[in-house]
Amino acid sequence: MDFGPFLLLALMEGLVMAAVLALTAVGLSLVFGVMRVVNVAHGEFFMLGAVAAWFVTSAMPGPPAVGFVAALLVAPLLVGGIAALADRLVLKRLNYDPEATIVATIGLLYILQQAALTIYGPDARPVQAPFEWRIQFPWFGYSGYKLFVVFAAAAVLTAVWLFMTRSRIGLVMRATQIDRDMARAFGINVDRVYAGVFAMGAGLAAVAAVLIVPIQQAHYLMGGDPLLLSFIVVIIGGLGSLRGTLVAALLIGLSDGVISVFFSPTLAKIIATLFVALVLVFRPQGLFGAKQ
Amino acid sequence: MKALALHLALIAVLFALQFVLPPYHHTNIVRVMVLAVFAMGYNIAFGYTGLLSLGHALFFGAGMYTAGLLATGEGTALLALPAGVLAGGAAAFAVGLLALRTAGVSFMIVTLMFAQAGYLTVLYFGAFTGGDEGFVIPNAARALGPFDLSTDTPRYFAGLALFAVALLANLALVRSPIGRVMVAMRENEERSRMLGYNPFTVKLFALSVSGLYAGAAGAAYALMFGYVGASFAAIQYSILPLLWVLLGGAGTVLGPFVGALLMFYLIDLSSSVTTAHQMVVGVALLALVLFAPKGVLGALRDRGLKWLP
Repeated sequence: MDFGPFLLLALMEGLVMAAVLALTAVGLSLVFGVMRVVNVAHGEFFMLGAVAAWFVTSAMPGPPAVGFVAALLVAPLLVGGIAALADRLVLKRLNYDPEATIVATIGLLYILQQAALTIYGPDARPVQAPFEWRIQFPWFGYSGYKLFVVFAAAAVLTAVWLFMTRSRIGLVMRATQIDRDMARAFGINVDRVYAGVFAMGAGLAAVAAVLIVPIQQAHYLMGGDPLLLSFIVVIIGGLGSLRGTLVAALLIGLSDGVISVFFSPTLAKIIATLFVALVLVFRPQGLFGAKQ
Repeated sequence: MKALALHLALIAVLFALQFVLPPYHHTNIVRVMVLAVFAMGYNIAFGYTGLLSLGHALFFGAGMYTAGLLATGEGTALLALPAGVLAGGAAAFAVGLLALRTAGVSFMIVTLMFAQAGYLTVLYFGAFTGGDEGFVIPNAARALGPFDLSTDTPRYFAGLALFAVALLANLALVRSPIGRVMVAMRENEERSRMLGYNPFTVKLFALSVSGLYAGAAGAAYALMFGYVGASFAAIQYSILPLLWVLLGGAGTVLGPFVGALLMFYLIDLSSSVTTAHQMVVGVALLALVLFAPKGVLGALRDRGLKWLP
């Protein structure tokens, strides 16, 4: 294959990755923005979403599309429920102290991972795509499902954006983000907002996982990479800024795709992690964030 | 005085213990002593200076790989051990120069990212490091002068010597003026700055000493147990010292040892019942942070043993 088509393939792979990454990272960013909690267990919520998708699709009779749609509805609700429970039982009792919550979410990470290993087992298992359809380019064929992932992610992200900017609940969330005490003074139930935001962040990770699972199999250790990459995206985009997160997801997803295809995935990750560390040191508001 | 006596007594007990322990626990205690040195280093940064790092696996790994690669290559163990110690210190110094410009949550993430980059680098240069599988150090390369670390008794003595030196140095450090300044940084950075101390240099010093400890533990672990692998540079080995220190009591000299010992045997005992080690680690972290944020010795210090350093 010539360089041009090869680059196109790399960019398309990068775009799929960027779409899923954007969903996962927006969940992480939302939780950090509103609650000031760095959720190290975010990758495990992603993993739980994928595992839940496997259970739902293998339990549903009928064509794969039915099971897939069911998974798309059930997995985020289930994972969001677990997250809300974790918020009530653990994070709330720590009073959302930043350092204590990091240690606690590390504990949560281990517990969720082990639970998945015990219940789901150590194997990677595939989930059938809801439809088989190939787009034939002059140089190579490409999976239509992957393009569907990009559009689905874009639709969910638009919905999240509308929810945050246009709905009353979104308004309450943003008010809590800006000033928690003042929000409470105005009669907002901050505890419930926090539980809702934590559940929503985890649910977004679960949606991303359900979308990716027909491409990449469900495995109990699959949470590591999305966690690391979401961190990278959220930090480069500016902690808590949704627009920055989107731009950074595109940037990281595309460059990761290109570097992984032409060089090595490990090298791509080394560069990205070092880049993030340097961004945090020299430009803590993120590349796209405004100076405080 | 009481404190010094207590620490010397612990070393004496560990010395005597080797004559009565069955072989299995004999090896375990050596392991715990070396890991306790790692935890002590972590405690100097986290417990005393208030630097919550999530990247100490980098320093441990730097010591381990430097020592392991030198011992299997041209050098001898006698050279590899101090080189490993220095590598850990140098890595911590370099990370500190950048990471200490941030604080709190950012500091945690920056150290995490540097450690992750280090871990991925080990994987990337798999041709030299053996990647995920790691490599075994041949027994011939593990002789520290006349002491062959691949045999039980010299290994125990080497572990005990390292532990004793590290423990007494730690005690001396926290009682010295610079140790007091480190605690002052943890308690109130602004006020310490007003009193004329430079937070950056004090923290850099603490982090570098912490790195020297971690490097020493990593190098000793490689030479004593003859295996170097990427899993020792992975995130798990940044979390474990945090767990040990939290369990034993942050900001106490003996806490890291107590934490490492308890956790080691907790996992050891639980593995006869269940294979879910990770669950034990996770539940322990949650329980500590929720119910006992001061750890075992921290709680004892609050309840009467005020002299505990």
